[in-house]
Amino acid sequence: MIVRILHEGQFEVEDDQMETLETMDGALLREVEGGHREAYRARLKEILDLIRQGRRLDHDELRSSDLVVPAADFSLEEARDLLEPHGGEGKK
Amino acid sequence: MSLMQRMSTIFKSKVNSALDQIEDPRETLDYSYQKQLDLLQKVKRSLADVVTARKQVEMQKAQIQADQARYTDDAKRALEAGREDLARQVLEQKATLEANLGDLDRQIGELKGQEEKMEASTRSLEAKISAFRTQKEVIKAQYSSAEAHVKLGEAASGIGEEMADVGMAIDRARDKTDRMKARAQALDDLQSSGALPDAFSTEDPTETELRKLETASKVDDELAALKKEVGK
Repeated sequence: MIVRILHEGQFEVEDDQMETLETMDGALLREVEGGHREAYRARLKEILDLIRQGRRLDHDELRSSDLVVPAADFSLEEARDLLEPHGGEGKK
Repeated sequence: MSLMQRMSTIFKSKVNSALDQIEDPRETLDYSYQKQLDLLQKVKRSLADVVTARKQVEMQKAQIQADQARYTDDAKRALEAGREDLARQVLEQKATLEANLGDLDRQIGELKGQEEKMEASTRSLEAKISAFRTQKEVIKAQYSSAEAHVKLGEAASGIGEEMADVGMAIDRARDKTDRMKARAQALDDLQSSGALPDAFSTEDPTETELRKLETASKVDDELAALKKEVGK
């Protein structure tokens, strides 16, 4: 699976890691929807650490990602905005 | 659907809608390439903006440091003239500047971090654009083959995704630098009007009180040291 960490790059995550990642991802979504800031940060960090264990794609590899995840400095509001079809661009 | 899947779906819909408007996929390649070059220019401009913002904040910091040195001199002169009250007042002003200095240092740090990210984005985008340019010509030459069609789709969505990401990074960087510029401007205005911002006002009253105490003791210490220096 190819996962993109926004503003950071793409990583190839091994299949055997996917189940863990999916569980974490579900938890992250709950924190975002529940508006729990601290838990959101902690979950996001866990997810990013796991993804970064995978192989980083070279800059000149042109592949599309299966999954997209916010960078560590995305606030909960920014992450939530990315879940809206018209969010994430020219917001405010 | 999970968060990561939803984000990726929304991300891709943005990429595709930009490419769907063109009928001949070969044109898509040229169009996309042109867009990539435009975006690269935009990233570079955005990086330059961040650098400018950082330099402005650094100049402001230098100005505050110069002011602080001047306040110390003033306090010394006041003491020499036997005006301890005036010296204390000057040192209190100096302490207010100190608090602003901390804020400026934080801003400089944030802007430096932003610069590094934008530099990394530029490098990554340059490499991707260069790879795309090579693939574009190959795909165009073998356009009739089915394999070329698949490659075209991959290359276009791969670079499209990168472009959407970089575009978002530029917007976020701009938001950040705009906010900092506004704060720097506000500080400038206050300094030139002589009304320094209240460095002690925080949302937490206990913390505000503690900060005041710390500053008061700092002022006392500095006053004592200066008194020793001028021998009074």
